[in-house]
Amino acid sequence: MYQYTEFDKAFVRSRAAQFRDQIERWESGKLSEDEFRPLRLQNGWYVQRHAPMLRVAVPYGELSSAQIRVLARVAREYDEPEADVYRLASDAQRKLGTAHLPTHHAHFTTRTNVQFNWIPLSKAADVMELLASVNMHGIQTSGNCIRNISCDERAGVAPDEIADPRPFAEIMRQWTTLHPEFAFLPRKFKIAITGATEDRAATDWHDVGLHLLRNDAGELGFRVSVGGGMGRTPVIGTVLREFLPWRQIMNYIEAVVRVYNRYGRRDNKYKARIKILVKAEGQRYIDEVEEEFRQIVEHDGGPHTIAQAELDRVGASFVTPQLGRQAPRDGTMALAVLNAQAAQHPMFARWLQRNVALHKDPSMRIVTLSFKRRLQAPGDASAEQLDLVAELTDRFSAGEARVTHTQNLVLPWVHADDLFELWEAARAAGLASANVRLLTDMIACPGGDFCALANARSIPIAEAVTERYQDLDELDDIGEIDLHISGCINSCGHHHSGHIGILGVDKDGQEWYQVTLGGSDGSATGGTAQPGKVIGPSFSVSQVPDVIEAVLSTYLDLRKDVGARSELFIETLRRVGLDPFKAAANCVRTTAENIA
Amino acid sequence: MTNAARIKLLTTIEHSLDNGQQVISLANDEDPLALKNRIDNIERIELHFPHFTDGRAYSQAYLIRRRLGFKGDLRATGDVLIDQLIQMERTGFSSAVLKEGVDPADAQRQFERFPAFYQGDAVREAPLFKAISA
Repeated sequence: MYQYTEFDKAFVRSRAAQFRDQIERWESGKLSEDEFRPLRLQNGWYVQRHAPMLRVAVPYGELSSAQIRVLARVAREYDEPEADVYRLASDAQRKLGTAHLPTHHAHFTTRTNVQFNWIPLSKAADVMELLASVNMHGIQTSGNCIRNISCDERAGVAPDEIADPRPFAEIMRQWTTLHPEFAFLPRKFKIAITGATEDRAATDWHDVGLHLLRNDAGELGFRVSVGGGMGRTPVIGTVLREFLPWRQIMNYIEAVVRVYNRYGRRDNKYKARIKILVKAEGQRYIDEVEEEFRQIVEHDGGPHTIAQAELDRVGASFVTPQLGRQAPRDGTMALAVLNAQAAQHPMFARWLQRNVALHKDPSMRIVTLSFKRRLQAPGDASAEQLDLVAELTDRFSAGEARVTHTQNLVLPWVHADDLFELWEAARAAGLASANVRLLTDMIACPGGDFCALANARSIPIAEAVTERYQDLDELDDIGEIDLHISGCINSCGHHHSGHIGILGVDKDGQEWYQVTLGGSDGSATGGTAQPGKVIGPSFSVSQVPDVIEAVLSTYLDLRKDVGARSELFIETLRRVGLDPFKAAANCVRTTAENIA
Repeated sequence: MTNAARIKLLTTIEHSLDNGQQVISLANDEDPLALKNRIDNIERIELHFPHFTDGRAYSQAYLIRRRLGFKGDLRATGDVLIDQLIQMERTGFSSAVLKEGVDPADAQRQFERFPAFYQGDAVREAPLFKAISA
C-alpha cells in the first residue's frame, strides 16, 4: 500500500482542523446554512433522510487493517443516533414496511467508499480527527468536485495485468486533492482506472475512464475515455485518445476538466455532468481539449508531467509484501492438499470456485469476502464484523484489503496453503457466502431506508431476492449475472449497467420499480458497456421478486449450450432479444391485476 | 509555510473607493483570452463570483495569470467566501472583496492552515513532487 509521507499525514490533519473551524463558525452563526453545506459536503458530510451521513474516502479502494479497525471503532462508538432521532426514523420507516434500521454499521459503496448513517453532526470533528489518525478523511467524497478515484480491485495482483494502476491512481489522488481550480465544477466528476485486460472498474461509465496499455513500440500509456455516466441520462464514455503517453496523463486530465469547468452547463443540474457537454459539443469539445492540452504542454511547460523519479517514488510503496510464512508447500503438494480439503468439504469447494481467483504469483490467491448474505443489506458491515475482517486481513493478507465496486472486500495476498483456514474463519464471521458474481451478489444502494434522494427502498428488494435464492445449486445453475438496484435515478446502485436493473420510482407517493434488461458494466462477461432497456411500466414492491423469477425462468428455458457450458443470462438475452422476457414480466403484472 | 495572506483583502467600501484607471470587469462566461492583445495596458481585472459554488472564475484567473502573463491586480468580487481565499490566491487572484460583517481574523486564519499543496498553481508553478525532488 501507499505509505503516507509526513507531508501527506500533516495534510490530512490540516484538513480535519479546517473542518473543525468551519463547523465552529457554522455553529456560531458566522457561516450560514447555505454557505456551510458545500463545505461539509466536500468533507463527506451529508444530511440524509433521518440523520447526517458520513462518507469516508477509500482512495482506489485500498484499506489497511489499521484503517479497518478505526472504521470498526467509528461504527461502534459513533454510529449511534440520539434516541429521538432513531425513534422518529423507525416510525417513518415502519410505515413503509421496514422493521429494523441497523446502527453501529459501516456500508461499502459502489465508489469503493465507506458510509456511516447515524453519526450526529456534533461529533463530526472528533470523528474526522480519529480518521486522520490512520490517514483517512472525507475529502471530496461529495460535492461538485473530483471524487474518489476507483480502480481495479485486483490491481497489482491480477494475472491479466499490463501495468499496476495504483501508482498512477495515487499520483492522481494527490493531483485532485484540494485542486484550487476544480473544487466547484458544474457537477461531480469521477475517474476510474484499470491496468488489466479485463475491465473490473466499469471505466466506460465514468466521467474519465483510463485503461493502461502498451502501444506497438511497447511503451506504456492510457486509453482515455471521457463523458461516461449514469444518472438520468446514461452515456458510455467517448474515447478521446487511444494512446496517451503515461507522463502526460495529468496534463491531459487538466485540459479535460478545465474545458468542462468553463463550458459545462450550470443552469440545470440534470444537464451539468460532462457527458452532456461531450454529447452536445462532440468534436468541438474534443478540439478544445486538444488545444488546451497543447497550451498546457507548450506554453505552461507541462508542469504536471509525471517524472520517472516520481512514478518510482510512489511505485515503491506498492511492493509485494513479505508474508513471513514458513516454508510453503510446493506446488503439487499444495494442490493435492487443497483438492483433498475440497473433496471433504463441499462448501469449501464451492467457495474456492466462486470466491477465489488466480493471482499473478502462482502460490497466492485473491479472495473475495462476500458481504451479500441474509439479514444484512448488501455492503453492510457491523462493528464486530469489521474487527474480524481486520483480523483476517492481518492473518491472511499482509494487512491489506480492497473495497470492490460490487460492495465486497477482497483480500489480495492470500497464500494458497491458507485458504482452508481463511474459509473457516470467514464462514464463522458470516463472510463466506459462495456467491461472488451470482444473482445474490447484487449491488444495492441504501435507498429509501436512509437516503434523502431515494424514491423507493432498495434493501427490501435485495432482501426478497436473497431469501428466495438461498439454494446454491439453483444459483450456480442460473450462473453469473449482474443484478443492480438503485433507489432513484441518481443510480448509485448502478441499475443502468445491471444485466437486470431495478430502479425505484415514485408514483403518487408509492414505491414502484422500473425493470431494465441487458445493461453491462463493460466486463468480459457482459460485453461492451451499455445501458439496459426498460421493459414496460413499473412494478410494485411485491411484484419485483416475481418479475426477476419470471425473467430467470425464461432464460433457463431459452438458453443454449455454447461448447461445454451453457449460455449466460446476458448471452441468451442478446441472442433472443427482449420480447420473451418482457412477455414473462408482463404475465406477473396481469396475474397480480387478476388477483386484485 | 503560507504564513500570511499574499492576497489583499478589501472591504466593500475600500473596493468602491479603489478607482483604477484601466479596470476591466469580466462576467464569468466571458473568454479571458480575448484580452490577449491589450493585457499589458490593464491595471486591474475583476472577476465575478455570482455564487460561491460557481467556479468558472478560478479557470479564468488561472488563464489570465498563466496564459496571458497578466502582472496587474486580479480581483475577486461577488459572493466571496473566506473558505475560498486560498483557492483564489492559488489560481492567481491578488485581491478579494470580502462580504459585509466578515471577521478579518477568521479570514486571516485560513492562510495559516496548510503547510503546502500537492499541485502546482498560478503562484507556484511546480507541483510538490517536483519541488521535493529538485
